[in-house]
Amino acid sequence: MLLITCPHCGPREESEFSCGGEAHIARPLAENNLTDAEFADYLFLRDNPKGMFLERWRHAAGCRRWFNMARDTVTHEIVEIYPMGNTPKSKAGKAAHADSWRRDTAAEAAAKPASKSRSKQGG
Amino acid sequence: MSGTSLFGRGKKDQVSRAASGGRVDRARPLTFTFDGKSYQGYEGDTLASALLANNIHLVGRSFKYHRPRGIIAVGSEEPNALVRVGRGAKAEPNLRATQVELYDGLYAESQNRFPSLKFDIGAVNSILQRFFPAGFYYKTFMWPASMWMTYEHVIRNAAGLGKVADDHNDPDRYEKTNAHCDVLIAGGGVAGLMAALQAGRSGARVILADEQNEFGGWLLGESDTTIDGKTPADWVAGVVAELEAMPEVTLLPRTTVFGYMDHNYITLTERVTDHLGERPVHLPRQRMWKVRAGQTVLAQGAHERPLVFSGNDLPGVMLSGAVRSYINRYGVVPGNRTVVFTNNDDAYRTALALHSAGANVVVVDLRRDLKGELVKAVRAAGIQVMSGSAVTIAAGTQRIARVEISPVNEGATEVLDDPIHMDCDLLAMSGGLTPAVHLHSQARGKLGWDEQLLCFKPTTVHEASFNAGAGNGVFAADKAIENGMQAGTAAARAAGFDIADGSAPEVAAPAQSWRPLAAWKVTNGMGEGEGPKAFVDYQNDVTASDVKLAVREGYQSVEHVKRYTTLGMATDQGKTSNINGLAILAESLGNEIPQVGTTTFRMPYTPSGFGAIAGRDIGDLFDPVRLTRMDDWHRANGATFEHVGQWMRAWYYPKDGETLREAVDREVLAARTTAGLLDASTLGKIDIQGPDAAEFLNRLYTNSWLKLGIGKCRYGLMLKDDGMVMDDGVTTRLGENHFHMTTTTGGAAGVLDWMEEWLQTEWPELKVYLTSVTEEWSVATLSGPNAGKILKAAGVDISLDPVDFPFMAMREAHIAGLPVRIFRISFTGELSYEINIRARHGLALWTHLMKAGAEFGITPYGTEAMHVLRAEKGFIIVGQETDGSVTPQDLGMDWIVSKVKPDYIGKRALDRASMAADNRKQLVGLRTKERKQVIPEGAHAVLDPNQPMPMDMLGQVTSSYYSPNVGSSIAMAMLKGGRALMGGTVYLPMLDGSVIEAEVVEPIFYDPKGERING
Repeated sequence: MLLITCPHCGPREESEFSCGGEAHIARPLAENNLTDAEFADYLFLRDNPKGMFLERWRHAAGCRRWFNMARDTVTHEIVEIYPMGNTPKSKAGKAAHADSWRRDTAAEAAAKPASKSRSKQGG
Repeated sequence: MSGTSLFGRGKKDQVSRAASGGRVDRARPLTFTFDGKSYQGYEGDTLASALLANNIHLVGRSFKYHRPRGIIAVGSEEPNALVRVGRGAKAEPNLRATQVELYDGLYAESQNRFPSLKFDIGAVNSILQRFFPAGFYYKTFMWPASMWMTYEHVIRNAAGLGKVADDHNDPDRYEKTNAHCDVLIAGGGVAGLMAALQAGRSGARVILADEQNEFGGWLLGESDTTIDGKTPADWVAGVVAELEAMPEVTLLPRTTVFGYMDHNYITLTERVTDHLGERPVHLPRQRMWKVRAGQTVLAQGAHERPLVFSGNDLPGVMLSGAVRSYINRYGVVPGNRTVVFTNNDDAYRTALALHSAGANVVVVDLRRDLKGELVKAVRAAGIQVMSGSAVTIAAGTQRIARVEISPVNEGATEVLDDPIHMDCDLLAMSGGLTPAVHLHSQARGKLGWDEQLLCFKPTTVHEASFNAGAGNGVFAADKAIENGMQAGTAAARAAGFDIADGSAPEVAAPAQSWRPLAAWKVTNGMGEGEGPKAFVDYQNDVTASDVKLAVREGYQSVEHVKRYTTLGMATDQGKTSNINGLAILAESLGNEIPQVGTTTFRMPYTPSGFGAIAGRDIGDLFDPVRLTRMDDWHRANGATFEHVGQWMRAWYYPKDGETLREAVDREVLAARTTAGLLDASTLGKIDIQGPDAAEFLNRLYTNSWLKLGIGKCRYGLMLKDDGMVMDDGVTTRLGENHFHMTTTTGGAAGVLDWMEEWLQTEWPELKVYLTSVTEEWSVATLSGPNAGKILKAAGVDISLDPVDFPFMAMREAHIAGLPVRIFRISFTGELSYEINIRARHGLALWTHLMKAGAEFGITPYGTEAMHVLRAEKGFIIVGQETDGSVTPQDLGMDWIVSKVKPDYIGKRALDRASMAADNRKQLVGLRTKERKQVIPEGAHAVLDPNQPMPMDMLGQVTSSYYSPNVGSSIAMAMLKGGRALMGGTVYLPMLDGSVIEAEVVEPIFYDPKGERING
């Protein structure tokens, strides 16, 4: 059982939390312009990697706040806990974020504000 | 010590008890029963030592072949001596006799035998052994698949270990507790004790757990060792006294650390009163500890390995170290004519102990070149030592009676000369030591093969953990004590405490080599598989031949061989068998042991009863029950109840012996002819506030919310983003930025979580705040043509004229001086008021309404009538008509889906091509041809009842009742292409072969134009 450090309440037992699955899946803002297949990427497809995984957790039996976690699915090491809306800062977390196939989907692109072009997002 | 015995023989009924010595209290004799016969033992005995004191070796039958089996070990590694202790509801099976502490009146039975231990019918399996090879069940019961259920029944009866208590609830009380510590130490032998001392002295919070009744571990069974000049027991007593004086140290004897999970989450079972005949009522039987440890020290010790030779499972064949412990710790000499069979030095200490106890001893050593102090001491004692020899066969019926001893080659694979025969009643075997790495392995620590000691031992840890002592491959007591000290120091420092290195106590023990000879399977001079069986895993009845057979059949991976042969599985977890099994596997594969690798050790280390795991979360404490404020009234008025989630809801109110149907008919009729009153307090209620509340609702629901007027109510349907209906309810605008949402009773918590998720993870820019107010409000729903009259009679202080208070509006008012919110909404289609009042006034409101309504025929109705009333109107219940695969369109509720909103949750999914498919299941009504016949809910509909099976199913009946208002049965169903079937006929085949015929109709059966809504 994991020992999870809630950013608001401190270290607590895993049984107080619920896992919300893969993180950084923005709901496409322009969803009506997506094809069914592109929309399915957002709606149905989830990663299940062996190794570093970025996922969402909620302190369900505590403060009820959501947060992100970078966790190794093999060692169960929790590398980083970071707020909703942020991207990971740790080296392993950053790498997992950059490696995700999802960063290139139309759904993900559609979710980004129109003012920022994809090319400016790099780096 | 001279060869003259210090031990005389004890009382006649304990023929194998020495006159003195050991840690048993001869002044406190105890009487116990085994298989119906009464025996005596002493305080300090285990059941195993007491049985051996009475010269009883045969204590059980084996798992598969029902072979006679005896005690081979002295601790939790015992694979054979599994017994059932206690009677009736308190009986517990599969306890290791070596771990059951004796108390007066203890009642124990052997297992796996029928009709008796000495004559067992199942032992025919042993005669048929050629037909029960490895993987027997897999091979035999594969085909035909349809017979599997039958096979399974037979196998389940024949297989398995002991029997659980007969159909009784466990009457004992158990507890669970949580704890945190800086350093948890598993194992209280010398290494663990030293680790605890160091960690304790540093000021760290320490938990020291050991599965035995007293701390000290193996050294309590050694007579040839001193620590700082004291006997091990005296030294241990001093250490324990020091630890007990430390306020931050918790000592847990009789406590097994059985599980090691992520992030140093450790589970322990403490046997609080199991060792007492009279159990104090204020104490639980067992207590499960869930410990989150900063650091751990694993000092689990080591297990001695059996030698694998023909007949090695006969009662009277024991592990050498165990024999020594029985002599030194329990004052029991388990045999008189004894053979010590070994591949290492350690067994020589046993030979000396047996010799001192007055037994005849012969040492048979697989090694040729014998040297060292212990060998010299044994020879000096006049004990015969046969080097380069092996016990090739042990024989006897229910106890070892004789052995064949032959000279063998280095690996014991060939017999070099004719055997000699020797009579004996005890064989002490020693195959070397295996560190108990179970917890280390559970915690995903890595193991490495030690070429010198021929065992796997911990290399790197995965968690914040240290290994120490024999469990770390450090077998010599002086080194183990040092190792424990280092581990304790390191763990304390890692936990943030300061402590000097210190120096370890002086240990004096015989010098010995800890290196065994690699001779994994001793030949019996016959062909492979011939002659008596040679067991590797006693508990699972796995022989050396089984492992070899698995290899011949193509198994290569150790994990596959484990599952195919059952080697090292189940409750034993390979404690004595693991290395022998791996070595024989490696040999058969022509590979090295490290290359073959080891299997994963699973929790639990030894079985932990479900009682302790459940603790007090049983019966009434299993799950909370939620009651409404009107509950007392429902009970006083004879309601029957149903569980809705955790809620107890009044189901119906039978009067004068009414059946369910009669009561519901009466309640349903009253709600449409006079008035009904429903306790709707359980509805989920969420208070929504904030400047973006309307915008948020607009995204959440399928219809429009921005322009809803203050004081107005609106029905809404909530979808998941896949377009499927997830909840529904009425939400009311209380103010510009303030809404009151209702959800289904069961969906309340889920809907709140759902809304929070969107607000926190997707739309954090929305300023909206949610509060669950389900339990702030009691709700009485008054429904029926007389509802208005009753409200007036109850003294409501507002106008109920439909012009002043229209349908789908909310008014704040007072009834009997108490403030209420009245919602004019209707789940019955009748004039209906949902009256919300501060929760604590719920009962007062209810009784007041019942009194005011008496002259108008007010009738309380329960959830069953509520279901019938809404079904008459064709109103859906989410979770009954829907199952997570149903869209608003499927329900014929297109009217609630906005065509103009640019977005809401589920919108894009509803546009997917597959959503428009005309064979989707759609909501319809069913009218049975036999009008009074009620279709069972869940019945499946087909177009042609005469088609061959399996039939093409159209869908299922979701709701079905008798409606007294319609005068017939009514039903709703989700049918493929249901809308197109309107007016047609479908058939519902029943299990008994009959078929119900029904017409597909609109799913509304009463007042289709909605004319009754104003009373």
